[in-house]
Amino acid sequence: MSNILVDLSNAFAAAVETAGKSTVLVNARRRMPATGIAYAADLVLTADHAVERDEDLSVVLFDGSEIPAKLAGRDPGNDLALLRLERPAATPATPAAEARIGQLVLALGRPSTDGVEASLGVVSAVGGPVRTPRGLIERYLRTDTTPYPGFSGGPLVDAEGHVVGINTSFGRGMPFTIPAEAAWRVAEQLALHGSIKRGYLGIRSQPVEVPEAGKKALNREQATGLLVIGVENDSPAGQGGLIVGDILVGLNGHPVADHDELFAHLSGAVVGKTVPVEVLRGGQPHTLQVTIGEAPGAEGHHHHGHGRGK
Amino acid sequence: MNALLQDALSELLARIQPALTVVRDGQRGAGAGISLGNGWVLTNQHVVRGGPVQVILENGEAVDARVVARDPDVDLALLEIPRSDLPAAVLAVKLPQPGEMVFALGHPWGERNFLTAGVLSAFSTARNRQGEFKVLRSDARLAPGNSGGPLLNAAGEVIGINAMIVGGDQSVAIPVTVMREFLQKAGVEVLAEAVR
Repeated sequence: MSNILVDLSNAFAAAVETAGKSTVLVNARRRMPATGIAYAADLVLTADHAVERDEDLSVVLFDGSEIPAKLAGRDPGNDLALLRLERPAATPATPAAEARIGQLVLALGRPSTDGVEASLGVVSAVGGPVRTPRGLIERYLRTDTTPYPGFSGGPLVDAEGHVVGINTSFGRGMPFTIPAEAAWRVAEQLALHGSIKRGYLGIRSQPVEVPEAGKKALNREQATGLLVIGVENDSPAGQGGLIVGDILVGLNGHPVADHDELFAHLSGAVVGKTVPVEVLRGGQPHTLQVTIGEAPGAEGHHHHGHGRGK
Repeated sequence: MNALLQDALSELLARIQPALTVVRDGQRGAGAGISLGNGWVLTNQHVVRGGPVQVILENGEAVDARVVARDPDVDLALLEIPRSDLPAAVLAVKLPQPGEMVFALGHPWGERNFLTAGVLSAFSTARNRQGEFKVLRSDARLAPGNSGGPLLNAAGEVIGINAMIVGGDQSVAIPVTVMREFLQKAGVEVLAEAVR
């Protein structure tokens, strides 16, 4: 019997098989193993909270082969960690386009050597930025998939087996999915630097309402911005021309309504780059070019991962 | 496309529902049973542990049943009812792969013919006195009253019998392969043909 329901079912099974080849078991904690997803042949993304030790790590691939691994870096803010395999033996996953609410998705895990496991659901919500005990998540997905034990660090995939996000829980039983686009950016940064660079502007600011005239001038629905109340000497902001009294409303093409959004857009690849900073000055929009500095003390280790210093 | 999907699901339900029964054993609560034709009804052993067994058909008619065979090790029991014309469910010829869609039918908390859907999550290992055997784990929601009911694939074929609920959101079913072995031992030859 062949019909559209059977076709859909077969598509799900094929998606699990495809993405399952990139889904690995991660041995990095005392209790049960966690799951990881291959970002590159020698790099595996997993959940930071599931990597409880910095040494004696390994992954088990879909074919059962166990590969020793080292910690390449951590991003506790997004609950992500990157492992570097001893040899490039993994099958890299394919990231998907941005997830939509209502999209059918499968959560995959490999908590044992018996094979890949799956759970079906939909994308229930897309949110962020949100503060967590460990930092700030720029963007997250929520789903109604079943978070089986050991699924942390595993992929959320679409019906084609492309990775929509990385499932995590911050070790607190609160299922979260970091979108693939963000996770891939984090992996790129961790592979290069071992940590996520935090940007530095050199301003003090406070949230204020955007005046009606300013909203009209901006030509978008933005209720608040950040009033600049101090600019440090020789800071990136000072050199870029920001002055006290400006209302910062955008950075690098993203609206900035509060400190969380500023923080979210000030990390990662933007550090060291010259980007447009949008301000309201005297009610009129101005775009300044600012070279984002690196926040002191956030440079991390360049060749070794750093622990959390428990 | 949505209409086609809905049609396929309706067809799946229409085919299985006449073969779905309620099984009672005089105790509190009830389970489900699957008609296999020729008056045979398959259910969980733990559903028929109590007193005289009755099978309630889709039209609400209650008939007395005889327990022909039971095996607590695999939690299966075979019943015989005087209704040889009851339509038979179709047994799958192979086990599903993880990610394949599954549909559970039963009577959770007494709610008749309740459908839940999910995917096959994994094969788990269950142990009994004979050793180990594989069970199906899915993310389809089950509740008391689902026991003995079918777990179906997208083609509407029985891939397992829903047997228990582990930890709230993990459902376990006895796979069709184990069902077939049990039926063979019970000497239900008619099934060998239905299976093929």
